[in-house]
Amino acid sequence: MTTTVSFILNGQPVSADVEERTLLVSMLREHLGQTGTHIGCDTSQCGACVVHLNGRSVKSCSLLAVQVDGAQVTTIEGLAEAEQLHPMQEAFRENHGLQCGFCTPGMIMSALDLVAHNPDPSEQEIRHWLEGNLCRCTGYHNIVKAIKAGAAAMRQA
Amino acid sequence: MSTHLIGASVRRKEDKRFVTGKGNYTDDINLPNQLYAYIVRSPYASARINAIDSRAAKAAPGVVAVFTGADMAADAVGSLPCGWQIHSRDGSPMVEPPHPPLVPDQVRHVGDQVAVIVAKSLFQAKDAAELLEIDYTELPVVTATPKAVAENAPKVWEEAPGNLCFDWEIGDQAAVDAAFAKARHIAKIDLVNNRLIPNAMEPRAYIGDYNPATGDYTLYTTSQNPHVIRLLMGAFVLNIPEHKLRVVAPDVGGGFGSKIYHYAEEAIVTWAARKLGCAIKWTAERSEAFMSDAHGRDHVTHAELALDENGRFLGLRVDTLANMGAYLSTFAPSIPTYLHATLLAGVYTTPAIYCNVKAVFTHTVPVDAYRGAGRPEATYLLERLVDVAARVSGIDRIELRRRNFIPSDAFPYQTPVALEYDSGDYEATLQEALKRADYAGFPARQAAARSRGKLRGIGFSTYLEACGIAPSNVAGALGARAGLFEAAQVRVNPTGSVTVFTGTHSHGQGHETTFAQLVADTLGIDIENVEIVHGDTSKILFGMGTYGSRSLAVGGEALMKAMNKIVAKGKKIAAHQLEAAADDIEFSEGKFTVSGTDRSKTFADIALSAYVPHNYPLDELEPGLDETAFYDPKNFTFPGGCHICEVEIDPETGVVDVVNFTAVDDVGRVINPMIVEGQVHGGVAQGIGQALLEGCAYDSESGQLLTGSFMDYCMPRADNVPPFQVGTHTTLCTHNSLGVKGCGEVGAIGSPPAVINAVLDALAPLGVSDIEMPATPHRVWQAIQSARSAQAA
Repeated sequence: MTTTVSFILNGQPVSADVEERTLLVSMLREHLGQTGTHIGCDTSQCGACVVHLNGRSVKSCSLLAVQVDGAQVTTIEGLAEAEQLHPMQEAFRENHGLQCGFCTPGMIMSALDLVAHNPDPSEQEIRHWLEGNLCRCTGYHNIVKAIKAGAAAMRQA
Repeated sequence: MSTHLIGASVRRKEDKRFVTGKGNYTDDINLPNQLYAYIVRSPYASARINAIDSRAAKAAPGVVAVFTGADMAADAVGSLPCGWQIHSRDGSPMVEPPHPPLVPDQVRHVGDQVAVIVAKSLFQAKDAAELLEIDYTELPVVTATPKAVAENAPKVWEEAPGNLCFDWEIGDQAAVDAAFAKARHIAKIDLVNNRLIPNAMEPRAYIGDYNPATGDYTLYTTSQNPHVIRLLMGAFVLNIPEHKLRVVAPDVGGGFGSKIYHYAEEAIVTWAARKLGCAIKWTAERSEAFMSDAHGRDHVTHAELALDENGRFLGLRVDTLANMGAYLSTFAPSIPTYLHATLLAGVYTTPAIYCNVKAVFTHTVPVDAYRGAGRPEATYLLERLVDVAARVSGIDRIELRRRNFIPSDAFPYQTPVALEYDSGDYEATLQEALKRADYAGFPARQAAARSRGKLRGIGFSTYLEACGIAPSNVAGALGARAGLFEAAQVRVNPTGSVTVFTGTHSHGQGHETTFAQLVADTLGIDIENVEIVHGDTSKILFGMGTYGSRSLAVGGEALMKAMNKIVAKGKKIAAHQLEAAADDIEFSEGKFTVSGTDRSKTFADIALSAYVPHNYPLDELEPGLDETAFYDPKNFTFPGGCHICEVEIDPETGVVDVVNFTAVDDVGRVINPMIVEGQVHGGVAQGIGQALLEGCAYDSESGQLLTGSFMDYCMPRADNVPPFQVGTHTTLCTHNSLGVKGCGEVGAIGSPPAVINAVLDALAPLGVSDIEMPATPHRVWQAIQSARSAQAA
């Protein structure tokens, strides 16, 4: 059974016919061609698929696409404006907060939700917040540094 | 122009695409008319396949084909090859069982590939898999390494009595016996190097494509070494000549060794693409990754160290059982042998060493290289054993290490286990690490912790490792079935920009930046005018890929050689134009100058004239400026250093908190400190993971994988690790022109014993002297309770 799912993706209306069991992450990747959101596990542990749903971070592997019908969804592709990186993206680049890049979109989307609620998070708060995001490359050291720097840049923006 | 980027923390050229979600990983690629494959895997660890009924699955909606091992056998598909042959001490070759991509008759681990369903959508393929009827007869199971060699253990392979793959040795046993005979102290240890599951964040994914009109195959693969895959799959498995097979490894989301190997699914999608004349995609789910990616470590070891009355190491004796899993993965036999036992001298002058390694088959996923590959196992046993020796001899742990260090003026240093170290300064890295870790302040921190009810301990590891495995002819004599050189092509474009084609592969290491720094400085051009291309056999002439921290030490050296050829040719062109002799042309800062004059040509001038050869020595020189070099290393490189870990343990819960971690590593010349530090951070986190969190577990009765998801297998999270204190102290590698050694694995190699030695230091007042990895709260708590009851008794 397929059904039509429509929502606002990164400010633009989108729509696709998907099987009802389709996960949001699969709809983004397979039906809408937005492959910046990644799938790193099948138990909603790794956080590579984090997107924003109506402004809050969610794991797009743990939602059915039909659940977001009519909602606002933001993915990593929706952050940079033209050539200008978002301050959090820039902070990850500047602080070497990524290596292979696979967990990075989820990390950045998760970090933005943290900063939205806590504009000046401490190192401990960042580490605690990242419990739902796995990275195998960086040892988290530079991710934490990047999020602190990104939060500072966003406060000044 | 002058760039001076070598040694600078240049921000990575590759990052923009990754932070904007524009990376191009294999699963992001979709080809026209692409079908989807789902692999049906064995639910049993050991079973005979009696029959497979695929009629219902074939009739399911959207299903295009169902293939089994019999179909592949009918096409004479070959066995997945093993790339290293070990001989036992009696001279016989290792037992090398067949490894068909789809097993036709008997499954040997949970997750073994039995059938592939190809359908128009992944949902349809998975639905059809439910309809595939496979009749199995379960057979007895053995999963644990020591049980594999027990009498009457179930046999994994008929051709391997006692489940023995090989029984190998290195070193002088008689000399070691003599050393022990005159020893004043003997330290002994029994330990397990726990089995790990690599878990790169990107699961493996492959797309096989076949063009019936041309007969061309393409494989997109999450590989660390696409040319190796082309060779292994083309020549040994599918019989596809290399000119008809293109292998592309685009952006790859981490490897850590697990993406070196030629996996069954690569051959399955490529072969099925030919059968069906279309593209076929397969992407592992994480649960599949747990039961089909090669695992790491899994050694059981007994080791003894003999010391004289002054604490000098006289001899080392090591017995190791190494688990190979059910099949021999691509480089599996080399890991517990030449990448493990040859490292047993470590940083010490131990004059006599003997090591026996028995490799065994079990009903588990194949075991192969995982970050460090053999060297973490050697380092762990040695550094744990040195701490035991300190207790036995009553000599301070640091003093004992110092007394036995190879002195910095003793290089080149020949060990009793084959390797010749070229450079190092172990006292310097120790000193620097002690300073950075504020060792002098430790007693005060320990006392403060005690007042809070916490046990605080500090642990050390002074380690060494070997990178850039080499030279090819030596490796060949030791059993390698491949060369270990690297290739680079430097193409200077007509307007002076440079495209480099490297046979190494970056899956997080940042080669697009580090290699570009080398090019910018060597050729004197802007780094923005340098492009590093990797990961596509149709673009790059050849390469062995990236593993064993080899990319800069081997691949970087090939790049330097190719650039030297560019400069040499550029000098000839410049000499013609400047009417001077080529020998009188100097090249520096991007300018060809007649020495002693101000007459010069820029690099861009020379590049243009090579492609527009109007004023050009056409009689002597071909037009164009494009050079290729191959580099075969003269020796391994030997990074080393000192890791210091400080932990606090809550005796009520057994929770270990890593409160400080200091690493001072000698990785040779540092091209990009930011990237080097990042590599060390990641390696240390994996080492802390091994020491405290990660451990693959199988049920010994059923052979089921108990740690089959991130819910059960404890990956390090951000709040499991501290901020790291990372530094370098450089001695140059003496046998490559860059002086580089490699930094990819030092973190994972040096750290686990530092962590466990810290845990045992913290627990020492309670009488605990041993603990297994991972030192989970449960294990620590139990160790504390056992020690308390032993003291009460």
